[in-house]
Formats: sequence, structure tokens, C-alpha cells
Amino acid sequence: MRALVAMSGGVDSSVAAALMIEQGWEVMGVTMKLWQGPQGEAPTAGCCTVADAEDARRVAARLDIPYYVWDYTEEFMSGVVGGFIDDYLTGRTPNPCVECNRTVKFSRLLAHAEALDYDVVVTGHYARITSDGGRYRLWRGIDSAKDQSYVLSMLGQDQLSRLRFPVGDLTKDQTRRIAGRLGLRTADKPDSQDICFVGQGDYRDFLAGQGVVPVQGPIIHRDGRLLGVHHGITNFTIGQRRGLGVAVGEPLYVTGIDPDSGVVTVGDRSDLGVHEVTVENLSWVDRPAAGPVLVQYRAHGQAVAAEVSVDGRTAVARFAEPQPAVARGQTLALYRDDEVVGGGIIADTA
Amino acid sequence: MEPFRHDIHGNPSGSHAASRRAKNALEDARDLIASLINAHPGEVVFTGGGSEADNLAIKGRAFSGGRRGAIVTSPTEHDAVLESAGFCGSFGCRITFAKVGADGLVDPAEVASHVTGGTAVVSIMLGNNETGVRAPLEETASAVKAAGPEAVVHTDAVQAYVSERVDVEALGVDLLSLAAHKFGGPKGVGLLYVRSETTLAPVVHGGGQELGRRSGTHNVAGIVGMAAAMAALEADRTSFRPRIEAERDAFEAMLAELAPDVVVTGAGVPRMVQTSHVRIPGVRNEMLLVRLDQAGLAASAASACQSGAATVSHVLEAMGMTPSVARECLRFSFGWSTAAGDGARAARMVAREAGALR
Repeated sequence: MRALVAMSGGVDSSVAAALMIEQGWEVMGVTMKLWQGPQGEAPTAGCCTVADAEDARRVAARLDIPYYVWDYTEEFMSGVVGGFIDDYLTGRTPNPCVECNRTVKFSRLLAHAEALDYDVVVTGHYARITSDGGRYRLWRGIDSAKDQSYVLSMLGQDQLSRLRFPVGDLTKDQTRRIAGRLGLRTADKPDSQDICFVGQGDYRDFLAGQGVVPVQGPIIHRDGRLLGVHHGITNFTIGQRRGLGVAVGEPLYVTGIDPDSGVVTVGDRSDLGVHEVTVENLSWVDRPAAGPVLVQYRAHGQAVAAEVSVDGRTAVARFAEPQPAVARGQTLALYRDDEVVGGGIIADTA
Repeated sequence: MEPFRHDIHGNPSGSHAASRRAKNALEDARDLIASLINAHPGEVVFTGGGSEADNLAIKGRAFSGGRRGAIVTSPTEHDAVLESAGFCGSFGCRITFAKVGADGLVDPAEVASHVTGGTAVVSIMLGNNETGVRAPLEETASAVKAAGPEAVVHTDAVQAYVSERVDVEALGVDLLSLAAHKFGGPKGVGLLYVRSETTLAPVVHGGGQELGRRSGTHNVAGIVGMAAAMAALEADRTSFRPRIEAERDAFEAMLAELAPDVVVTGAGVPRMVQTSHVRIPGVRNEMLLVRLDQAGLAASAASACQSGAATVSHVLEAMGMTPSVARECLRFSFGWSTAAGDGARAARMVAREAGALR
């Protein structure tokens, strides 16, 4: 039984590889090269840098498994970066890690693994897969602080049948201890917090570098007052408090971004409440689930109660309580307790 | 090389007996190497490999005499030439690229047309390390000299030397790079042939070894090894060349039979005998490499970038291939360890593994 482990150079995927070997799989490690600079230079800051590939290579050597680096820069550019820029230009807040999982990691990589006769693809995600009479179920990871099921909520039966998340049953501490025991150089490596193609800079610098030209527009309070001028809607996200450039003596939050008019609307905290969202691009882990569910609308956030009604690939989720800072473009992941039921992209808020 | 690991351990730059033994060995190696390439011993400059030799040729000429000389080269050169030229460019040297056809060849007259009074060096590699295409170097050198008698011609012969005879007079070049590991010698040692009267600014400054052209204590063991490898190569070349060519041709013939849509790069132009660069339509080279690796056949997808991913080759790009076409290309190399029948055997493996991916 052959397993292809996607190795980012971080401790989680290093240990995932080690665990698969311990379980008797024939393992191969692959690092996906996703991004390069304008002259083809490899990134040296943020995630997935040349140094990260070196770390992955050394871990693979230590584990005595074959290791390759594959170039997915084209797929990544079209599947992730293009959408990232488009989202900001249309007043949405993208989650590129979700799009990378959807269009590159759990589609192209899975297909390539199959072409090479690998039975499963393995990653270091903190999530759990169980199988129940031929049906696959996806759960939050044991370590709730590290749980990454949110970014995996687009997965379905076909993919889950060919995926493994070995560290989902561990806490981060346990993962690091295993890495230490195995003498892996990544045992103490800090987790990357950055978007891999933005690196240590800000997403605004990245957009500027990609030629996005900011267009000025008005900042208007919900009560109608014109408060000032902004320098591009791409500088804002719903719920944002800092960097507004205007002050009225009380905290102001971005409550709306209109790409057509260029208006950024602000209000106070109570104005942030969203009652319901429309979700598109809906997918289910197994079968559609309507009715009461728990929904999570941010990568790092609690799931909250909502009532969902489904219509094909779209749904409306009505929150039990109004929720602050719900942004279009983010993923809405649906749960029943700790089990992932499905997910989609927030298209509209009300 | 063995004696130099323990007995002959002196520093050839010293003056005592131990140093003299090392120095003698060094100079014996130099004499031998010079005779093999039809040069004078004083025209052989030892370096730490092929890349360093290229750096010395390009930067050494561009910055000689304190100027910012112009560089004429081709877009298919090895990175060591291109990056060196780029570096010179960042200091104000004018860099001009000759045109390369879809077949990978430069046109001697077109190269010569770029030569001006300010040209410090014209650099055209003898054989391309990716495609195997063998340049019309002799004609290019003549055309360049006719256009500007003061013009200096450099060739990176690192890939070509193993199969192509190097006679610096016959080639008509003023500078020539070699790397020992490409012809069975140790890694980390090479040389730059520098025709007398050709001025060079050093890249490595220091104690003035190599007549000031490349300072630093010599890698005596490495240099002795390089000389021995060159002597063995020359003795062997008359049998090595046709044998390797036969296996390469058998590989391409069998591949054409089993997978008729495979395209051989440079099929109609002069190529070095040890390289077969092919395009397999519909098959991503990264995937095929893994299958071949697991089946026991080592191939390469052009050059690797720092992270190890196969990059879209600048050589193929210069020849007009789009990235998606370039991603279907693989290079197969033939050498000393190639046995009779390996060519046909390899072709069958490639056809089978590629077939599984199509």
C-alpha cells in the first residue's frame, strides 16, 4: 500500500510521513512548489520557501523515503492567486488556503498520485477521517486549538477515500514530541502563520505588486454621514477596526464594502451583526444536511448555531444569534457537533 | 589522487621540500592538461569547477582594465554564464543576446553582427547541457574575429568535452571552460584556458597564484585527478564516442518505433553524442521521472531550481517552446556505464512508463 505525503517542510507533515511509515505504508514525500517571484526566484519568507523544501528533503532523507519537488506554480496561479486578487477587487475577503485545497492539493495532487499508483495522499492537517460501513466521515482534530477541519470542508467521499490525516488524532504537543523522538530537524520549527505567497509582507503590498491600482472612494457611516476618503476597497475587510483613516471618538468597524460604488460603510459594533448568509459552491462530505447545524464562518472561530435551507448548490444559513464580522468570500463550514457536514462560500450577508 | 591525501600533503605555494613535491605534481598536471588541449601550460588556469571558470571568463573580461566591457552571448547558455553576465549588467555592462533558432543553433554571422569596439567577450557554449545541440563554434569564432580582431571568444565546453575533441587552435577560441566531474574526474575542480595576451580581471583575489588570475591554495589532489581523467578520456575517446553514439541512436530509434509521436530535440542539427533530449506529448515530465526512477532509469527534466522542482527551462524557452510544451521534455544521458543494449532497453522502459501515464 503506497502513500504519497505532501510535505511542506513543517513538523506536522514530517510526523505524518513518519506515522505512515510506522503503520507499514510504502511512502514517498513530495513538496509542492506553489509560488515563485517574478524572475522565477523561490520565496525566502513565509511558508513554502526554499528553506522549507530543504527541511522536507532532510526529513525525507532521515526517514529514508524517496522525495521530489513538483511544480504546481501554474495551477496555483490560476486556481488561487487569480481568485485572491479578484475577491479583493470585488469587496470580498478570500481564503486562499481553502482554494488551494480545493483546486490544487486535493484535486491535482490527488490525480497525480493516482497516476503514479499511490493509494492515498497524506497531509499534516489536524482533522480526522473515519470510515463507517463504506462511508467516510470527517471530524475536527483532537487538538481544538489546532483544528483545521474548516479548510477541509469542501472534501467529499471520493477524496476522503483516498486521503489520510495521521496527526488529526494527536495534539500539537504530541506531534512535536514524536518529531523530537525521531530526531527530525523540524521538531521545534515554528508554525507558519503567513499566506504562502504573501510571505512576511501584508496582502496589500502583494496586491500592489500584482498591479492592483487602488481607486479612491468615500467612507460613509451607516447613519449616512460622509466621514472621509479611503484609498482602495482592497484595503478593507468586514469587521476591520484598524487602518480606517477616520475617527469619530468611538470605535468604528467596517460593515460593508461595495465594489460597484466604491463605498466603504462603517458603523459601531452593534452594526456588525449579520443575521443570515447565502452560501454558494456548496458541497457535502456525504449527503446534504438541512435544518439545525453549527456553522463556522472564519478559519479561527467558534461554530455557532444556525438553521440551513438548501437549494441545490446554494443554501441560506440563518444564525440563531446575529454574528459580527461575517465576510463574503470566506468559507462557511457546516458541523454537527465535531463532525464536518459540508461547506460553501459566503456569497451574501444580510 | 591517493598519494595527495597523505604523503604529498605540502602546499604548492611554499618553498620547502614537501611543498616542492606538491608543486611538481601540480605543474606536471598542468603540462599534461595543456598538451591535451593544444595550449601552453601558462594558459591553463585552475579553478574550483566549471561555474567558476565561466565566472572568470565573463566577469574577468568585462571588468578587465577597470572598464565596463560589453558582453555578447546566447540565451541558451548555462546559468553560470547568464548570471555572471547579469551581474556585469548590473554594473552597467551592455549585454546583448544573439538569436537562437527553434533548433537551438546560433547563426555565426548574426553573432558577429553584435560585436563592437566595446565588446569584452563573446560567449557561446560548445555543446548545450540540456538539449545536446553542438554549436557552430569554429565558424562563429571566425566570424567574430573577422568582425573585430580584438574580440575575445569564450566557450563553455563543460558539457561537450567528454565527447568532443578540444583543440583550442582548431576551435579558434581565446577562453574555454572545463569541469572535471563531467568527464570522470573529481567534483569541485575545473579550469579556464586563457590564451596568452588575453587580459582578465581576477574574480578571486589574494596571494596571486595562477599568475594572478586565480588566487588561493590549490586543490592539488583534485587537479591531479582532473589531469588523470583527461588523459584517460583522450586515450578512450576514439572508442567511447562511437559506442555511446550507437546506444543513443538505438534509444531514439526504438523510441520512435514504440512511441512515434515522441519528438527528438535537435534531430536535424549537430548534437553531442551523449545526450538525447525528447518531448513526449501528453506526459508531464515530473510524473514520468518518478515512474522511471522507480523503474530504475535515471533521467532529468532539464535543470532544477533551488528548491528542486523542475523549472521551465530557459534553454527551451529561448528555442520558442511554450511552458506547457517544455514540461513534456526529458533529457537522457549516455556515458561510461552505458552497456551494449541499454539504449534499446531504456527506450522500452520509457515507452511503457509513458504509456501508463497517457
